[in-house]
Amino acid sequence: MLTATEKQEIDHEISLVPYKKASVIEALKIVQQHRGWVSDESVEAIADYLEISPAEVDSVATFYNLIFRRPVGRHVILLCDSISCYVMGYRALHKALEEKLHIRMGETSTDERFTLLPNVCLGCCDHAPALMIDKDLYSDVEPAMLDDILNKYA
Amino acid sequence: MLNTMERPLTRNIHPDRPPLNLKEYEMTGGYAAVRKVCGGGMSPAALQKLVQDSNLKGRGGAGFNTGIKWSLIPMDDKATHPKYLIANADEMEPGTFKDRLLLEGNPHQLIEGMILAAYAIQAEVSYVFLRWAYHKAADLIRKSIQEAYDAGYLGKDILGSGFHLDMHLHTGVGRYMCGEETALLNALEGKRATPRAKPPFPQISGLFGKPTIVNNVETLCCVPHIVNNGADWFKGLSYSEDGGTKLYGVSGKVKRPGTWELPMGVTMRELIEEHAGGMKNGFELKGVLPGGASTDFLTTQHLDIKMDYKSVTAAGSRLGTGTMIVMDSGTCPVGFVHNLQHFFAQESCGWCTPCREGLPWVEKILLSFEKGEGTPEDLELLHMHTQFLGPGNTFCALAPGAMEPLQSALKYFRDDFEKHIEHKKCPYD
Repeated sequence: MLTATEKQEIDHEISLVPYKKASVIEALKIVQQHRGWVSDESVEAIADYLEISPAEVDSVATFYNLIFRRPVGRHVILLCDSISCYVMGYRALHKALEEKLHIRMGETSTDERFTLLPNVCLGCCDHAPALMIDKDLYSDVEPAMLDDILNKYA
Repeated sequence: MLNTMERPLTRNIHPDRPPLNLKEYEMTGGYAAVRKVCGGGMSPAALQKLVQDSNLKGRGGAGFNTGIKWSLIPMDDKATHPKYLIANADEMEPGTFKDRLLLEGNPHQLIEGMILAAYAIQAEVSYVFLRWAYHKAADLIRKSIQEAYDAGYLGKDILGSGFHLDMHLHTGVGRYMCGEETALLNALEGKRATPRAKPPFPQISGLFGKPTIVNNVETLCCVPHIVNNGADWFKGLSYSEDGGTKLYGVSGKVKRPGTWELPMGVTMRELIEEHAGGMKNGFELKGVLPGGASTDFLTTQHLDIKMDYKSVTAAGSRLGTGTMIVMDSGTCPVGFVHNLQHFFAQESCGWCTPCREGLPWVEKILLSFEKGEGTPEDLELLHMHTQFLGPGNTFCALAPGAMEPLQSALKYFRDDFEKHIEHKKCPYD
């Protein structure tokens, strides 16, 4: 079931497009914003609300890498693995993060504090390597800086 | 250093200060171009002609004349409505960071360019299609669009001209494919971002089946300056036949990576040695991707070519986005290309078979080289893929773009591939 707030926000998106179905990406974003991720139940609720099949919603949800179809931690670390960051030290950051958080890329720490995900180019190539935690961009990152950065997130 | 008139797009961008608000933007001459055309100073047809004459070419990578692109929109009474104007701000080409400067540095300049482009094609609805990661830009654009509505530059009957335009911000949820203009349209319609068959071209049947123009951010930011100063002035900014300035960027192991607005057609040498300060101590230049991940390598023998559409193409690559990635002597070309192919394989939308199946295959072969398991037959297999996945064999330009750095790496750095076979390990480890 969608909450009243979620429905209200989705209704606004529907009002901007010619037909309901066109707002499915916005609906997924809205649900993820409120719930952290998009469960099977959420997919069904969105499908019901937009009058399309759950498979149609899921085909869109699974296409876009920043719609999370599995639970994530309280904070999501997106580590840029594209070419400029690769040249400037991505591999050292990757190794250091996996060691510090005791998880592999794609996993969530046991305390559910962090999920570590690879991400394509963050558009910060002149200050590579870069990573993003939630909405915060960190650039020119060295492994020695990671403790201070991670400590900002509870 | 160039005087400020010669760098129109960035002269009011100061990274250490917040961007200009609407009042400040107006004080620097902002929205004068909108007042001019909406005040009866220029018809839509005249604006299309002006931009065509300025020789402004699309800054997203394809390099098509912007005015000609606009001229393919139906303008007669039979045209279906609403027509759409979309700013492609999905900047996701690896190694590209030029539009972020314009989006965060002067959002009103983009909005003004969009209003003018929409006027030229008589569009009623416009979107900024912004990539998800640009959170700061999203906040600024949302605020600036509201300011433009409040000042009467957007909405109904703009400045009493009878021209209406609404503008919305759409933030994406990932996927490189969204930068391809027809895939972007599918994403805006709430679908998977797969490319569409052309024809029909978006100008005839674009967003929701209506006439649509998609232009890159940097392209749109040029338009107010062309309206204010004329086509000849714009052409005069350039060192080449392509009009205007260009935002160039350099990343990799250079002393001062960054992005600079310079006359179209400066040399690669000037960019790397003067603006980027040359290579970091202890590193030598080995290769350059001149315009993003999907452009062919150039090497030290090409340093004196002009960075414009024609010259870079003549040298065997593409200007692309104009933001170059430098490969230094300490970076393994095989590992470098493996990283690129991992990206392309992951970002393939899966719509057509050669791209969906071929790119992961290429990625696996390159991984085997890195592990020291590559064979001479693998080298031939890689070469074969550069043809199988080349232009004409796939639905869109993703896989052919992916093959550009691979085919040129096989040409210029073949000995590095051979050393991996010979030594059964990466010689750079």
